[in-house]
Amino acid sequence: MIKVQREDFDLGREIDALTRGRHGIGGVASFVGLVRDLAGDPSTGAQAVRSMTLEHYPGMTEKQLADIEAEAHRRWKLDASLIIHRYGRLDPGDRIVLVVCASPHRQAALEACAFLIDWLKTKAPFWKLEETPTGAEWVDAREADDAAAARWRRDQAAE
Amino acid sequence: MKLLYFAWLRQRTGKGEEDLTPPASVATVVELVEWLKTLGPGYMRAFSEMKSVRVAVNQEYVPFTYKINSGDEVAFFPPVTGG
Repeated sequence: MIKVQREDFDLGREIDALTRGRHGIGGVASFVGLVRDLAGDPSTGAQAVRSMTLEHYPGMTEKQLADIEAEAHRRWKLDASLIIHRYGRLDPGDRIVLVVCASPHRQAALEACAFLIDWLKTKAPFWKLEETPTGAEWVDAREADDAAAARWRRDQAAE
Repeated sequence: MKLLYFAWLRQRTGKGEEDLTPPASVATVVELVEWLKTLGPGYMRAFSEMKSVRVAVNQEYVPFTYKINSGDEVAFFPPVTGG
């Protein structure tokens, strides 16, 4: 299931809704992404982030998220999955993204969850505009994110 | 043809979307970009760093050599930074 929304989400309620009545599920893996204030990490030399605005491409966002979710279901035996991605204005500490995968066994749930967040970061059309004391700046894409997504391509090639 | 621009491409072109009819000689995305750059300084600035521009046609990622049709939805944007 895909949800692209302005509103916050509640992890417990989302997992309850996804797994209720599905007694074949033996494990649920989840990932929650938060707005990080990079100034909290001295190694980045970054300025304090007051807030950010997430822009997205309505239509393509849902399509890309549905495509990567379908790919996860092809690669792993999953009973259920959920991706929630927020857009609009967010403050440091706010939840941005949720990925939940449910499976009879833990390994499929954990791996599929990692796959989804890695792929989402390089495929889903969202852009972060950070507000800093010296003005608004578009966040640059990170090569580390491309490398994390590429890891799953190599895994596929090895199969 | 419906054109969409996101993030700093939207800011530089000064518009989020527009309907344009490129000349018949424009067959690929790269030719479309060259034509857009003739429309004004905002477009010139938007497409001045092509290594930081991605393109989607009908909401799927495509290479710049991709052939386009008059009814397509073509979107330009920087590398994505969600998650």
